[in-house]
Amino acid sequence: MTMLKTLAPYEFKSRDAVENYKGRQLLYVNWERHRMFSRPFVLAMKPETPFSAVVDEMAACFSYHPDWQHIDWDKAIWQNGNTPFTPDRNKTLAENGIGHKDLIRFQTPGLDGIAGTGY
Amino acid sequence: MDMKASKKLGLKERYALMTRDLAWNTTYQPMDKVFPQTTYEGIKIHDWDKWEDPFRLTMDAYWKYQSEKERKLYAILDGFNQNNGHLSVTDARYINVLKLFLGSTPPLELMAARGFSMMGRQMNGAGPRVACQMQAVDEYRHFQTQIHSISNYNKYYNGMDEFAHQQSRMWYLSDGKSFFDDAITAGPFEFMVAIGFAFEYVLTNILFVPFISGAAYNGDMAAMTVGFSAQSDEARHMTLGLECIKFMLEQDPDNLPIVQRWIDKWTWRGTRKLAAVGMMMDYMLPKRIMSFKEAWEMYVEENGGALFKDLARYGITIPKCFGQTIEEKEHVSHQSWIGFYMKPGATPFHTWIPTPDEMDWLSEKYPNTFDKYYRPVLEFFDAQEKAGNRFDNKTAPMNCQVCVSTMKFNEPGDPMEMCFRESIYKGEKFHTCSDHCKEIFDNEPEKYIQTFISSHQVLQGNCEPEGVDVNAPDFQPGKQILDYWKLDKRALGDFNGSEDQKNFAAWREQATKN
Repeated sequence: MTMLKTLAPYEFKSRDAVENYKGRQLLYVNWERHRMFSRPFVLAMKPETPFSAVVDEMAACFSYHPDWQHIDWDKAIWQNGNTPFTPDRNKTLAENGIGHKDLIRFQTPGLDGIAGTGY
Repeated sequence: MDMKASKKLGLKERYALMTRDLAWNTTYQPMDKVFPQTTYEGIKIHDWDKWEDPFRLTMDAYWKYQSEKERKLYAILDGFNQNNGHLSVTDARYINVLKLFLGSTPPLELMAARGFSMMGRQMNGAGPRVACQMQAVDEYRHFQTQIHSISNYNKYYNGMDEFAHQQSRMWYLSDGKSFFDDAITAGPFEFMVAIGFAFEYVLTNILFVPFISGAAYNGDMAAMTVGFSAQSDEARHMTLGLECIKFMLEQDPDNLPIVQRWIDKWTWRGTRKLAAVGMMMDYMLPKRIMSFKEAWEMYVEENGGALFKDLARYGITIPKCFGQTIEEKEHVSHQSWIGFYMKPGATPFHTWIPTPDEMDWLSEKYPNTFDKYYRPVLEFFDAQEKAGNRFDNKTAPMNCQVCVSTMKFNEPGDPMEMCFRESIYKGEKFHTCSDHCKEIFDNEPEKYIQTFISSHQVLQGNCEPEGVDVNAPDFQPGKQILDYWKLDKRALGDFNGSEDQKNFAAWREQATKN
């Protein structure tokens, strides 16, 4: 329950409500145990975008890391937030069950960053 | 007729006349309508006259002390500037500390001045009203003197001239802006806990001591003098914050849980705000005073711990986040520096990889964490830079909905994992960086759903320079973000190869050789 106390009615819209993105939605992507990238990155994409477009964006950013070329894509583990899921690259974000402000967490077992530091 | 000269009033009497005697109870309107802010937060005050003024400062005494300090300060600034003092700093990397400080601190001093001016109106006790008004004047003075002390550097080095424009726009300044926006939009008592107590008392030393000593150690007399000139004000501010806490707790036992929640909240928000100070101490000062970890131990764990012991008699307990801040002191400065290092195209100050002996210093100061987690990646970056492949992460960040830091902190207990927390409010997801920020969000979601997150605003098309048509079919949000930020392109990139680096070397050479 909210603990907010105010002198007058206090109702404001979410600044990041999905309707503010003109048909697109926010998506965050994190490569787990590769903290060289400091934090997840954010994209704004239409829900009908194929998931392969997300993978392209991942490659553009993450390929700077020497681990990127060693990824065994069959062994990659994906989570949407804390829920495991298996994305289909050829299906859309919506078909993959990805909604506004979802966080994709991507794990690559056996690859733990530079010298195994998590970076 | 005999003339009888009246006796000159003592300081205490003058103070009493200025405060209590100039205040009155309103009759046309009830007092609680004139001062509605002091009741709506739930804090119960029964007797405003019980407020003990920590400093019985009268206007004439205040003016006298402050003008003396000003005269000294500006005399030293003049001397420093006329003697090309900027060339006497340890090395040109130091100037980036000033750029970071200029963007992040004076604008917040101004916000503090605004906040305390509001307190000076909203409090319905004459004692706190006068004290808050004095503090507002102090904060305004700090805002000005900090800018004045750095302005001379602006003549010679890049990236300083648009700090005021950048304050409410730049991604990395959003955490500080959000900190003060949150405080100033709270009620007066929460503001006093936030700024007067958590920030001024518990955390301010960790900003000012490293900044002042750092300036002194690195030959910057201008910034050092500003710091000393502000320090005596800070002592007064700390006392005011503490007095306010005690006053609330003594007035009514129902105030305790409210005050405790604010202490928990604001100690954490302050801790997040100070992550960048850690990287300033450990990475940006060419000559280091102490590590961030050591400073945290001295100023927060020891001094802050003792303070909370004192407050235990009122029922106050150590802030919930204390344990996590102790764990994080070994990590945040490194995590922050990596976060900035990887964005050479998005800050008005330079970053760099520490030299080998600086890395050794870090190993020595952080025996549990530096070699294990951070040295290998920094050495990797170094090798890449030397091979002409300097790291530049062009993506936009995910930020915490509450503290607006980028989501760069580790899961407690596991430095290799990122920490993510999530709340759902009215069907929408909101992400936070920690249990403490999540709790702050969940307590008052109506407030934090309005957070300004720079990367999101860019994607909404709200961060464009004038003249860009956001409805054009080929519009790409954020393409001209550097112009929107008014970021001086000479100030971007690695320190190595920067114009600042070259100029500083050339000018210093001129000063020492024919």
